[in-house]
Order: sequence, then C-alpha cells, then structure tokens
Amino acid sequence: MPDGGQPAILVEGLTKSFGEVHALRGIDLSVPRGTVLGVLGPNGAGKTTAVRILTTLLPPDGGRALVDGYDVVREAAAVRRSIGLAGQSAAIQLELTGRENLEIIGRLYHLRWPQARSRAVELLEQFGLADAADRAAKTYSGGMQRRLDLGASLVGKPRVLFLDEPTTGLDPRSRLGMWDIIRSLVADGTTILLTTQYLDEADELADEIVVIDHGQVIAAGAAEELKGRAGGDVVEFSVPDRSRVNDAAAAVAAIGEGEPHVDPETGVVSVPVGGRGSDALVEAVRALDAAGVVTRGLALRRPSLDDVFLTLTGHAAEEEEQPNGRKRGARRRERAAS
Amino acid sequence: MTAIAERIAGPVGAPNWRVRFGWAVTDTLTITRRNLLVWMRVPAYLVFTVVQPVIFVLMFRYVFGGAIRVSSAGGYVDFLLPGIIAQTAAFACFGTAIALAQELKKGVIDRLRSMPMARSAVLTGRLLADTLRMTVTILIVLGVGFAVGFRFSNGVGPAIAMVALAILFGVAIACISAFTGLAIGDEESVQAFGLIWIFPLTFLSSAFVPIATMPGWLQAFANNQPVTYTINAMRALALGGPVEANLWKSLVWLAGIFIVFVPLSVRAYRRAS
Repeated sequence: MPDGGQPAILVEGLTKSFGEVHALRGIDLSVPRGTVLGVLGPNGAGKTTAVRILTTLLPPDGGRALVDGYDVVREAAAVRRSIGLAGQSAAIQLELTGRENLEIIGRLYHLRWPQARSRAVELLEQFGLADAADRAAKTYSGGMQRRLDLGASLVGKPRVLFLDEPTTGLDPRSRLGMWDIIRSLVADGTTILLTTQYLDEADELADEIVVIDHGQVIAAGAAEELKGRAGGDVVEFSVPDRSRVNDAAAAVAAIGEGEPHVDPETGVVSVPVGGRGSDALVEAVRALDAAGVVTRGLALRRPSLDDVFLTLTGHAAEEEEQPNGRKRGARRRERAAS
Repeated sequence: MTAIAERIAGPVGAPNWRVRFGWAVTDTLTITRRNLLVWMRVPAYLVFTVVQPVIFVLMFRYVFGGAIRVSSAGGYVDFLLPGIIAQTAAFACFGTAIALAQELKKGVIDRLRSMPMARSAVLTGRLLADTLRMTVTILIVLGVGFAVGFRFSNGVGPAIAMVALAILFGVAIACISAFTGLAIGDEESVQAFGLIWIFPLTFLSSAFVPIATMPGWLQAFANNQPVTYTINAMRALALGGPVEANLWKSLVWLAGIFIVFVPLSVRAYRRAS
C-alpha cells in the first residue's frame, strides 16, 4: 500500500499533442486523498485528454503523473488496480441486464462467481436499480443507465475514481440524483477527479477546482477563492425591451469596477461592483432610472463561477457549444434570480 | 526499500506469468460469454447470421441453380454448398468489425482498457465468440444443404477438414474485419467499407459459378484470389478430386493474412481512442 500521506493524484508538467493540436500544454495537479477535484473547462479545453492519460488509456508526451502513488506509464497495471472510470457516455452493454453487466465486470476484476454476484447485488441496491436488475439496460432511462455505468466503475472498489462529465446530457432531476451519489462516495473516502463544463456542478461537489482552457490550468483554488477573484459582488438585472439593453449597460458602466457583461440572447446585464455592495446597488437604480430603462429582477449577488470563467478567460463558458444544446450558464442565472 | 518489498508481496504487486496467463484465459472466456449473450439477445443478429445464409442456399439452389451448368457429378447443389459455406464464414465475421466499432464509440473499450484485466482478452474474446457463432451458422447451412440434396462424397475425414478450413478462413476474415473496425471506428463507415471488400471478394470467386463462364479479364482476378483457392480446396475435400495445389495456396494466403492483420489489429486496439 502506498504511503497514505502522499496525494492520490499528482501531476507535473503534463503535455500531450495530437499533431498540431496541443491538447495539454503543461498541467500540474495535486489531489489530496479523500477529496474531490473539479476540473472545469469548455469542450476541447483538454479535460478528457487529461483523464485519458491518468487512466492509462493514452501515453503523455511529457511530464509525469502518479495515481495512488503509481506512475501511469511505468506502473500502468498497478494504476489500473487502483482506479475506476466512468466516461461521458454510458459504457455498458445495453442488450444485457443491469445484473449481467455488473457480474461480467466483476469477473473481469477476477472476482470469483459468488463474489461477482454479491458485488453486483450490492451495487444495484446502492444505486436504486434493484427493481430493474433483470431488465435489459436498453429499457433504462438515461439517468438509470448512467447510474449503472457509475456502478460498473465501482465494482473493483477503486481508491481513485475518474468521472468524465458524469451528468452531461442528464435531465435536472437525474443530475441531482447523481450529485447525491457522488457525495456519498466521497463520504466513504474515495478520491474523485471530476471533469465538468457545468460551473454549478463544480461549485456543488468539488473541494478544489482547477479551470482549464486551451490545455493550461488558468486558475486553481476552492470555489470561494475563485469567486473572490471575479472581483467581488455583481449587480445583475434583465432588460425586457431588448433594444434598450445597450443603453442600460452604458448607464451602469460608471458604477462598476469593470466592463458590464451583456448577454444579448437573454437580455441579462451583469456588472462587477467589487466590495461596494449595496451602495452600488442604489447607484445602479438611480442610473437606470435616469436613463429611463425598465429593468426586471435587479439584484446584488455573490459572483458565480460563470463570472470567474468570464474574468479568467475573457469568454463565457456557455459560449462553447454544449453537447445537449443547452446553455447552462443561462439556466444558472435563472435559478439565482428566482 | 520497504515500499518495493510491499509491492512485490502485496495484492498490487505484478503477478507472475502463470497468473497472468490464467487471467488472459478466464478474461477471454468472460468476454466470449458476454458477446454470445449479446448475440442471443438481438433478434436482428440472429436473422443476419442464421436466416440470411439459409435464404442464400435456397435461392441459389432453386432460383439461379437451374441456369448454372457445372461439371460436378452431383450437380449444382454439390458445387454450391462449399462455396456458400465459405461465403457464410466471411459474412459472419463481418460482424466483428461492426461490434468493435460500436464498443469503441460507446466507450466500452476505454472502460475495459482502464481495468486490470488482460488487455488481449477484448480481441481474443471477440474472435472466439465470433468463431463459435460462425461455426453454428456453418452447421446450419450444412443442415439445410443436406435437406436440399447436398452430399459429401469423399469420406468423413475430408468432410471435417472442409469445415475446419472454412472456419480457419472465417477467422482470417475476422482478423481483417477487427482491424478495419478498430481503425475506422465509426459503425456506418465500417459497414460500408465491409461491403466494398467482402462482396467482390466472395462473388468474384468460384463460390457460385464456374470461373470459366466469366469474361477473361475477370477470370484473371477470380482464378488468383484467396477465396477461390479456399473454395476450390473445400470443394475437393467435400467431393473428391485433386486437393493439394489449392489447399497449399489457400493456407499460404491465410497464413499471410494472419501475419499481417493480427499485429495490425493489436496495434489498432492499443491505439484506439
């Protein structure tokens, strides 16, 4: 057993290129045991490449990576005994039942038949699939398939679990269910590296967050620290009359400590106001009133990770194409406003 | 030092070759079992591997057969069966490519490669399952052949050798198929590409008609390609006649396919992403 004091995942100067494309340009990570690292970034930022290297699926070009104390290149076999991987799509055999899927994975972990069977039963119960155990997985809902897939990644009782966008494409209720499961795994002491494009997901689940953009770590810290970097509080409102959005932004430009950000699609204007909080809110009301712009939902809020992303990268996370065509950032704002 | 000692002794230490070989065998059997279970659950796969070859036998026997003149003593049905069995073997292993491409796309292969199982087992288990499936199909075609008048006329030993040669031929096709599936990685493209090479290779051969009836330029191809050598050897084994020349050429071709495509498939599997 490797030394319990060292991090579960240690990455130094990791690089990987695919021809001309530099997927990773020197990444450093350190994940203490029993914690969750959220790797946040838009599509194509290099998140999946990093996970593929850490799970021994892809050799790195440079740098080194230790998982559970083992080198992912020189001790790949040992790494594979320590990890579990659940990817973006449900890597299960849809024609087989949930029970069969888990039993086969158990056998491939070299469990004897009785152990493989009882481990399958355990996981089916843990993930609320006991009633559906003997139905073909193709009859499962998207959320159930994803839970079965997560169950499959846990058959070998991994000490380090890699979840590559575990909730991409799930409906909101299934997402919340998945979050509960992930929290319970952490409570059992599993170390988790979770990639996500969803700022609220990283905010909810991760002890530490690293933000990756164009193959580099552009920020790291706890969610609260990162929010602090976005420049403090934000005054935010929406303008129902879209033709007046820019007038509104111009009116509040003077009170902000940075440029107001306008989302032309939703008509939402947000402006960072630093630590001036409620004073800035009053000023904003006056300025908007003077400009004669009607607003809705004018409020002061703590910065979200959306704001952090915007500050750090100069572009909003939701500007990237989402696989499910949904704009997560917009949804988050709706929720914050309601 | 203690860390090293613990690694050798502990459960995470690298197991010796005997243990690893044992795992390779059990993992192969587990993957084989999984693949056969999937095959039995999907009606379309059953239709493709059982009903379609039977339709081919009946169609060529009764629809086209009357128009095709052959010199075999037992008539067209005796000429046809070895050819259709070889074609069946080739088509059965077409599924190897599709299945691997699907698993690659869905992330099943990623999951399996991130596990401490024998890495070879995904390929060997796939080949073993497809070989068993193909053998079942060949036996069904033989059964239907018997029902419509086919008879072995060269003894039991050569008859078994004919079936064995057909299976070996099918496994060779499966190796090519596995490589295309892993290298192309997209189900639809794999399917389209499979039709491009398997159809001409089986139809432009001695499988269904005597090559002498083809135009000269086509004869040049049909006479010198591995499927024809294999089918001629199978026909000679089933019905009698000179076997050696065709059998040797067939075996050399099949060996060549294994030598080229087994390493290519393994490499494509290692690099698959």
